[in-house]
Amino acid sequence: MESPTITASRSVSRRGEKRFHVEISKTGGGEVVAQGLPAWLSTLSAGPASARGPESASPQPPTRAAPNTAQTCRHLHSKVSQALRDGRVSATELCRKCIDQIQRTHYLNAFITITGETAMEQAQRADNRIRTGKPLGPLDGIPFSVKDNFCTENIKTTCASKMLKGYVPPFSATVVQKLLDQGAVLVGKTNLDEFAMGAGSTDGVFGPVRNPWSYTTLYREQSTEDPDSDWAISGGSSGGSAAAVAALSSFLALGSDTGGSTRNPGSLCGVVALKPTYGLLSRHGLIPLVNSMDVPGIMTRSVHDAATVLRILQGRDERDSTTVQAPSTPPSLPEHFDIRDICVGIPKEYHAPGLSTDTLAQWSRVAAMFEQAGARVQEVSLPHTQHSIVCYHVLCCCEVASNMARFDGLEYGHRSTIDSSTDAMYATTRHEGFNNVVRRRILSGNYFLLKSNYERYFVKAQQMRRLITEDLKNVFRSGIDVLLTPTTLSDAARYTDFIQEDNRTRSAQEDVFTQPVNMAGLPAVTVPTALSRRGLPISLQLIGQTLQDWKLLTVAHWMEQQVNFPMIHLHGDSDERKLDRSVRERTHTIGS
Amino acid sequence: KSPETFLFFIMIPYTGEFLSMVGVVGLEVHAQIQSTSKLFSGSHVRFLAPPNSLVSHFDASLPGTLPVLNRRCVEAAVLTGLALNCTINRKSLFDRKHYFYADMPAGYQITQQRVPIAVNGMLVYSHFEGRRRNQVVTKSVKIKQIQLEQDSGKSLHDDEQSQTLIDLNRAGVGLMELVMEPEMCCGEEAAAAVRELQLILQALGTCQANMAEGQLRVDANVSVHRPGEPLGVRTEVKNINSVRHLAKAIDYEIQRQMEVLQSAGKVLNETRAFDSKSGNTIPMRDKEGLQDYRFMPEPNLPPLFVYESKASVPAGVDPAQVVVIDRLSAQLPELPSVKRTRLVETYGILQEHSFTLVNEDGLMDYFENVVQTTKAEPRKVIGWVIKELMGNLNSQNLKVSQSPISPCALAELINLAESGHISSSTAKQVFQEMWKAPEKTVGQIVKEQDLWMINDKEELQKICRRIVDSHPEEVNPNKVLNKLMGEVQRETKGRTDPVQVRAILEKMVS
Repeated sequence: MESPTITASRSVSRRGEKRFHVEISKTGGGEVVAQGLPAWLSTLSAGPASARGPESASPQPPTRAAPNTAQTCRHLHSKVSQALRDGRVSATELCRKCIDQIQRTHYLNAFITITGETAMEQAQRADNRIRTGKPLGPLDGIPFSVKDNFCTENIKTTCASKMLKGYVPPFSATVVQKLLDQGAVLVGKTNLDEFAMGAGSTDGVFGPVRNPWSYTTLYREQSTEDPDSDWAISGGSSGGSAAAVAALSSFLALGSDTGGSTRNPGSLCGVVALKPTYGLLSRHGLIPLVNSMDVPGIMTRSVHDAATVLRILQGRDERDSTTVQAPSTPPSLPEHFDIRDICVGIPKEYHAPGLSTDTLAQWSRVAAMFEQAGARVQEVSLPHTQHSIVCYHVLCCCEVASNMARFDGLEYGHRSTIDSSTDAMYATTRHEGFNNVVRRRILSGNYFLLKSNYERYFVKAQQMRRLITEDLKNVFRSGIDVLLTPTTLSDAARYTDFIQEDNRTRSAQEDVFTQPVNMAGLPAVTVPTALSRRGLPISLQLIGQTLQDWKLLTVAHWMEQQVNFPMIHLHGDSDERKLDRSVRERTHTIGS
Repeated sequence: KSPETFLFFIMIPYTGEFLSMVGVVGLEVHAQIQSTSKLFSGSHVRFLAPPNSLVSHFDASLPGTLPVLNRRCVEAAVLTGLALNCTINRKSLFDRKHYFYADMPAGYQITQQRVPIAVNGMLVYSHFEGRRRNQVVTKSVKIKQIQLEQDSGKSLHDDEQSQTLIDLNRAGVGLMELVMEPEMCCGEEAAAAVRELQLILQALGTCQANMAEGQLRVDANVSVHRPGEPLGVRTEVKNINSVRHLAKAIDYEIQRQMEVLQSAGKVLNETRAFDSKSGNTIPMRDKEGLQDYRFMPEPNLPPLFVYESKASVPAGVDPAQVVVIDRLSAQLPELPSVKRTRLVETYGILQEHSFTLVNEDGLMDYFENVVQTTKAEPRKVIGWVIKELMGNLNSQNLKVSQSPISPCALAELINLAESGHISSSTAKQVFQEMWKAPEKTVGQIVKEQDLWMINDKEELQKICRRIVDSHPEEVNPNKVLNKLMGEVQRETKGRTDPVQVRAILEKMVS
């Protein structure tokens, strides 16, 4: 069992070195290169976080030790943007590397559209600005990717649905535009569940997204199967964005979060994923799932980066009437803050059935970390949480039924060739355009909204939504600053296991810890804390008070510094995986 | 309740011809808000623009677009609510009403189903009764609510090529839906109520209220019953594009329903279209009755707040950016009913004339202008304005603003007649000349055509003598006097004072 995988990884690392050798020489070479990670990133990554090291007093996680080649890679933005300004790397170089990385990891299926050409043009302009000493801000020249349910002007926006295949919006979403206005470079549009309905990124017309961590040495070492058949899901619905950030093909990515769609894949792919307070970020240009819960999500490799991006994206947008004025925010997260001032709540209802022992152990470990550092840690109760998921589904289906009504094939998108009557055209267009998941939610939503059912379903769910919100308010009123919970029940499921259950069941299971926050409109962030026995990330969620996103991130930043989550090491690109397989097959033969 | 009670109710015996049936009419009015841009988008609002030239991303329901409420439309609805004595809801809500229709791109209409912006109003209107239709009867109808909602686009069906063309210019234009309770009884009442509403909306400037251009659309809910009994099954009559047609459609529908019931038939709850050619209503093929609109709160629009006064605007909210009732109340113009009362009281004119003055756009101003520049009694001026001016305008289908004769010119003419420089019959003649040649002054016309009054007694004597002499066979007094006077008028082209002439002639023939 052990020896064949060692052989495999050796052969890959040899290939890997060869591949990156050119890049190393470009940037001065000599440094230790993590597999799949360009050399210059290693140099930039030595930040205060890694200098501090892990919390020695904390209980040992029930996980395998991370490979020691890892240097905890934090503050990528600030480091990279400093490198850009110092001329140690150019924006075009950075952009090229990210696009190469997208191609190298194409087997992840994280991207629907790669915008290589326009990205290089943007990067060129960023270089010109930087060269003349006039960068637009900390994100100037930084590559990013966007979930394919945000409108991007002149760039296809599909929602991973046949309904919008080939649809090119004439405008960009406010959050996308804000990033572009800051000089950030859009490298591509990422894969998702169709219209963001799902928790696995397995139900889109472009196929499932694979979790980059299932292509690390640690995962492959334990697998006896083909890398094309044994891989873990990325989580969803923003799986493409999470995979893109995790696989180092973007420094940041936008996701959307309706019931956990940013935090769930963020958690499973081991990246920082922030769901800001409802209304803090504009939804203009985000193709809606549930308008009253949707929030653009921010995915990065560090809390610091998430804070940088939040600062840029937050604030009132006159094109979205539900946005609010952002509270004043300091330029960056405080490096020194006293965790002893913080009161952490542990909701007892989150000890849900199905919670994995790995995840539970992480939860206990981090709670203990807070306590040992002097924070007040206290059990709290959210009695209505148990009803949240059912109500979430009712409200979700209702808004879905309504929001999807516009896809009739008339103004844009797919149109059926059946034209015997307008009604027949509508019916076939919608039947052909939407997958089963979308169609089922539309059907349920229309059922809940019928005059005779409205009181029984929609109104009841709204009432429960208020109670859930009250629960959370009460907890915060009692002096709690943040809640610490698991983000998901366990680490990422194997794809073949995950699809044993239908989308409805999976969403109900996967969103259980994440969707109450959407019901209440609160901010929440998930931070990876360790790898599971299978070598897959486990993350914990922090929930904050309305519009206290900054405080939430401050605590998350502290937590991130303590947990020392390892850097990813991809096992290799697809060519190498083929090689990997043949090597393993051979060694298997030898072994048996 | 026991089933027996229930049975008892449906077994009320037929009362025969005991009481005659009456019509019951309620109205649903859609008034297009007069504003430069649409209710939830920045697209312009214009009638007769090239198809699909006024369509924003939101209007075309592109995914990811969101509604942004136009304050001007809210103010229009509040002004209208205030003018119709409504209670303005300080907090109102928006809802989605779902149905698939090609000219409703989002698949739903944003409306105010649960809590509309204004409720419980009252419209006071008058109509004429009596043989000469000069008896003014004043009535009122309750306004249940005024709600803000989006207009739809327009579908054009091309039957030959079997296709539908869609124009979204109108999609998303702001509408005020006014619901009037079923408290009217006939077409005439409904027409009078709508006419009054038009005047109010036009005075407010909240809607141009032209039915032919679709700025005001009126659907009538019509039923018949015997007074004291529950209301009958109603039909909804649509496709009415003028006030006159409204009256006709309602009266036809009432008659039709009565005939159906009298021949022991049943009135169906259906939508019917008015056919202006035949004057009939015909069933429309639609499933309106079966539709479940699946109403849902509009999640993209927060509740709409309006504030009593500047002082009640919460801190942190810019009063200039919100709707303040006090500010709008102060802007309310003189409403038609107030205008009419003022006209009757100030000028001593007949009530029916006050209606004409207010009904015709610009006529009241015209009248008041003339009154101010002439010494003549307002009661004399009203005759000129209503008979001469309106007669000419109507026969040529012109608006008051298109009149070739300005209020000043008319005042000059009236002054000449008043001062005896021209006779009143000449004045009417000069009026027609002025109409034809608006570039000429009154003085020019009178001079050119030699129309000054003959006030010289000797000359008058001469003319009368000549006339009497030329009619020797008819010197029987009294009988012929009128004929002779006519001859004098003809001879002098009306330039004489009939009283004077009569006196002279009487002497001559006696």
